[in-house]
Amino acid sequence: MDLSIFLILLQDGVINGAIYALLGLSLVLVFTVTRVIFIPQGEFVSFGALTLALLERGQTPATIWLLLALGVVSAVAQVWQGRRTLSARRVLAIAGTDLALPAAVAAVTMLLAPMKPPVAVQIALTLAIITPMGPYIYRMAFQPLAEASTLVLLIAAIGVHLALTGLGLVFFGAEGSRTEPFSSAMFEIGSLLVSGQSLWIMGVTAALVAALGAFFELTLTGKALRATAVNRLGARLVGIAPSMSSAIAFTLAGFIGALSGVLVSPLTTIYYDTGFLIGLKGFVAAIIAGLASYPIAGAAAILVGVVEALASFWASSFKEVIVFLIIIPVLLWRTWGAPVVEEDDH
Amino acid sequence: MSTPAPINNAAADAISSDGRAPGGRGLRLVAPLAALAVCALIPLVPGLPQFWITLLNYIGLYALVAIGLVVLTGVGGMTSFGQAMFVGAGAYTTAILTTRYGVNPWLALPAALAVTGVFAWGVGAVTLRLSGHYLPLATIAWNISFFYIVGNLDIFAKFDGISGIPPIAVGGFALSDGPSLYYLIWGAVALAVIATLNLLDSRVGRAIRALRGGVVAAESFGVDTGRARILAFVYAALLAGLSGWLYAHLQRAVNPSPFGLNASIEYLLMAVVGGAGSVWGAILGAGLVTIIRDQLQDWLPWLIGARGNFEAIAFGVILVLLLQTARDGLWPHVLRLCNVRPATRGHHAEAGQLAPRARSAGEQRADGPVLAVADLRKQFGGLVAVNDLSFVVGRGEIVGLIGPNGAGKSTTFDLVTGVTPPTSGDIRYFGENATGERARVIARRGVARTFQHVRLAAGMSVIENVALGAHLRGHAGPVGAILRLDRAEEARIFAEAHRQLGRVGLADLADRPAVSLALGQQRIVEIARALCLDPSMLLLDEPAAGLRHREKKQLAALLRQLRGEGLSILLVEHDMDFVMGLTDRLVVMEFGSRLAEGTPEEIRNNPAVLEAYLGGVA
Repeated sequence: MDLSIFLILLQDGVINGAIYALLGLSLVLVFTVTRVIFIPQGEFVSFGALTLALLERGQTPATIWLLLALGVVSAVAQVWQGRRTLSARRVLAIAGTDLALPAAVAAVTMLLAPMKPPVAVQIALTLAIITPMGPYIYRMAFQPLAEASTLVLLIAAIGVHLALTGLGLVFFGAEGSRTEPFSSAMFEIGSLLVSGQSLWIMGVTAALVAALGAFFELTLTGKALRATAVNRLGARLVGIAPSMSSAIAFTLAGFIGALSGVLVSPLTTIYYDTGFLIGLKGFVAAIIAGLASYPIAGAAAILVGVVEALASFWASSFKEVIVFLIIIPVLLWRTWGAPVVEEDDH
Repeated sequence: MSTPAPINNAAADAISSDGRAPGGRGLRLVAPLAALAVCALIPLVPGLPQFWITLLNYIGLYALVAIGLVVLTGVGGMTSFGQAMFVGAGAYTTAILTTRYGVNPWLALPAALAVTGVFAWGVGAVTLRLSGHYLPLATIAWNISFFYIVGNLDIFAKFDGISGIPPIAVGGFALSDGPSLYYLIWGAVALAVIATLNLLDSRVGRAIRALRGGVVAAESFGVDTGRARILAFVYAALLAGLSGWLYAHLQRAVNPSPFGLNASIEYLLMAVVGGAGSVWGAILGAGLVTIIRDQLQDWLPWLIGARGNFEAIAFGVILVLLLQTARDGLWPHVLRLCNVRPATRGHHAEAGQLAPRARSAGEQRADGPVLAVADLRKQFGGLVAVNDLSFVVGRGEIVGLIGPNGAGKSTTFDLVTGVTPPTSGDIRYFGENATGERARVIARRGVARTFQHVRLAAGMSVIENVALGAHLRGHAGPVGAILRLDRAEEARIFAEAHRQLGRVGLADLADRPAVSLALGQQRIVEIARALCLDPSMLLLDEPAAGLRHREKKQLAALLRQLRGEGLSILLVEHDMDFVMGLTDRLVVMEFGSRLAEGTPEEIRNNPAVLEAYLGGVA
C-alpha cells in the first residue's frame, strides 16, 4: 500500500466516520436523557435514504403511511396513558402533533412528489417524514417503560428494531437504492481527489455538531435536556418533565438518523436493513465513549471509519468482524479493576 | 445420626424447585408425567400431518436454547443476544467432524459440547465482567462477528454452508425422518428440564439465583460470583450447543443464516414471551413463538403481496407489548389461571448435622482480639471518610460502633467486610492480616454480616436465602447437583437453615418469598443467614432498624445468647437504648475519626460525645 492508496482509504474512513459520528452523538444523547440504548437508530438511516431515493424518482414514498400510522398509534397510546388526567388542551396538543402534523406532511408530499421538486425540497420532505417518527416511537414503546431498568429498555429497543426492519421491508421491498450525489464536483488537493459529496458530508456533520453544541449551551430546552441527563429526579424537582426531554431527544434521534441516511445514500447502495449495520457502527463509537461523552464518541466514530476503511483494503471479508470486535478490548479496559457493581434488576 | 433425605422427596423437589409447579405433592409429580406421556403419544396419532411433527421438532430445538436462557437471564440476571452463535458452534462442530472425518454423530456430540463449552468459557471470560447493559451489547458484537467469520472462512464452507451431514443412528436404525427424531429431540428437552431443575435446586443453583439479589451479598457468604456467572453462561451455551448438534442432524445441512443475531433475538423473545423465570415458561415461549411465526409466514406474505421476513414486525410489537404489560411472561399467568400455588419444601429435620466450617489456627485460639483495626483510612478523592481509625473487638464481646450521620460508620463497615479496599491501615481477624481482602475471602475467615439495606434474593424463599449462608459449609458442584448426588448434603444444609430460622424465631415463615416479609423480619432473616455460616464473628449493620419494641428485646436476647456461646459481635446502630443496654463497649465516631471509646456508662457521661450528639447542651 502506498501513500496515495492510504490517503484514499483515510478519506473514505473519515467520511464514513463522520456519518458514524452523527449516529454516535445521537445514541449518546438518547441514552443519557432516556437510558434507552436506541438500537433502532439505524432504521431511520435506511428510511431516510430510501425515502429520498423514491422522491428522486418522482414516486410518493410509502413511509408517509408509516408516519400516519405511527402518529395515530402514538396519539391513542398517549390518550390511553393519560386517560385520568387528560384536559381538552392536552388532547388538542396531541391531535396537533400526532395527527395534524403527519397529515400535513403526507399531503404536501403527495402533492409535491410527482412534480420532482429540487433536491433541497426532496431532502426537506424526507426529514419532515422521518423525524416525527422518533417521538412517536418513544411515546408508544418507551414512555410506558420509563421506570424500567436499562436492560428492559434495551430489550424493548430490540423489539422496536425488529418491527421497524420488517416494516422497512414492507415499504421499500428487498431491492436497494442509491441516490444521485448532491454535487458531482471533484477537487484535487495534492495527489488526492476529493469529491464534492464528501465535502458536503463533512460540512453538514460539522454544522450539525456546532448546532447541537449551541442548542445545549444556549437554549433553555437544551439545558433542560442536559439537566435530565445528569439527574432525572433533580430535573423533575426543578420542573423539567422527563417525558418532554425524552420526546425531544427522540426527535433529535429521528432527525439525525434521517439526515445521516440522506448523506450516506449517494455513497453506497442502501437496503431496508443496511441502516442497522451503519447504526451499530455508530454504537461502537458510542460505547467506546462509555455512552456518555460526545467528543470521545465523535473521535471514536472517525477511528471506527478509518479502521473499517483500512480493514476493507487488507481483509475485506472480515471488516465487520474487525469493526465490531474493537469494542471488546474497549469494554474490558473500561471495566477492568472496576469494583464489583450491583446489577440493576429487571 | 439418622438417614439422609428421603428419596421420594427428591423427585418432588426437582419438579417444584422453581416454586411454581402444580399444587399438591401428588399432582406435582403427576402433571409432568402426564405431559410426558402425551408427548410420547403424539407421533402415534393416526393421520397427524408430518408437518406438525416437524414443527414440534423445531419447538423442541428452540426450547433447549430457551431453557438455557432461563438459567442465564431469568435466574442469573444476565441478558445474552448471542445464544444462536452457540447453537452454531455445536452445529458446525458436528457438521465438520461427520462430513470430513467420518466421525459417528454420537462421538461428535461430546466434541460439539466441548467446543461450545470452551468457546462460551472464552467469550464469558472476557465479557462477563461487563455490568448491566454492556454485557448484552457485547454479545451482539460477538454474534455479528461470529456470523461474518463463519460466512467468510473456507473451513466453514463460507456462506454456502456444509451439506451431506449423516443422520444419527441408533442400533443400525437411522433417525432420518421427523417422527424418529422427535423422540430424540424431546428426550433431550426432558433431560434438559430435569438437569436444569436439579441445578437450580442446589448449592450452585442458589449461588446463581443469588446473583440477582445482589453480588455483594452473595460474595459476603463466600460465593465466587464471577464463577457463578460463567457457570450459568457456559451451562446455557451447552444447551444451545446440544440444540445445534440435533439441528445439524435434523437439517442434514448447516449454513450461517440460522446462527445470526436475529436468531439470537428470537431466542430471547421466546424466553420473554413464556417467562424467563421458569423452564416451563421457556418451553411455552418456544412453542408460542414457533407456532406464531409459522402462521404469520403463511398469511403475512399473502396479505402484503410479497415474500419476506414480515413476522419480525409482529415479534417486535409482541416483545414491546409484553414488556409493558406482562414482564414476567405468560407462564405465571397460566399458573394463576390454573389456580396453582407455590410449592412448599420438605424440611429434613432428621437429616443430621452439617459439619462445622473449617477453622484456621488463629480462629481456634482462645486469646487475642477477634478483630483489630489499626490506623484505618479511606479517602474518596479529597474527602477523608475514615481517618486513621483504630479499635479492637475481643472474644465474646459485643462492641457497638456509633456516631452521628456521616461519621464514617458505614464506610468503616465496608472496609472491614472487604466490600471496599482501604486507602491505608491494617485490618486483622484472629491475628491474621486481612487488609484489602475481598468479601468472600473474609467470609472464609469466619466473619458473617448483615446489611443496612436488606439484601435478600427476591426470587428465593426465606429458607433458601438462609441456606445461602451455609454456602462455604457445602462442597457439591454443578455436576453433582445435576445428577442429584448432593441430596444428603442439601438435606443437612436445609436442616441447618431451618435450625437457625428457629433460633431467630421465624421458622414458620420458612417457605414464604423472602421479599414478602416485613422489613424488620427481613433483617432477622439476614441474621439467620449469617448464623448459617457458622461464624466466629458477626458484623451487624443497623440490625434493630425497623423492629418493633418486642422484636428489639428478642433480638437483644438472641445476641446475648450468641455472645454466651463465644461469638464476637460488632454492630452499627442508631437506636441508643438498644445499644446502651446490649453492648460491652462502644466506639464513637465523628467526622471519620474515633471520638471516644468505653463502656456504655462511660460513653453516656463523656462530654465530647454529648457535644457531638447534642451540640453541647450539657
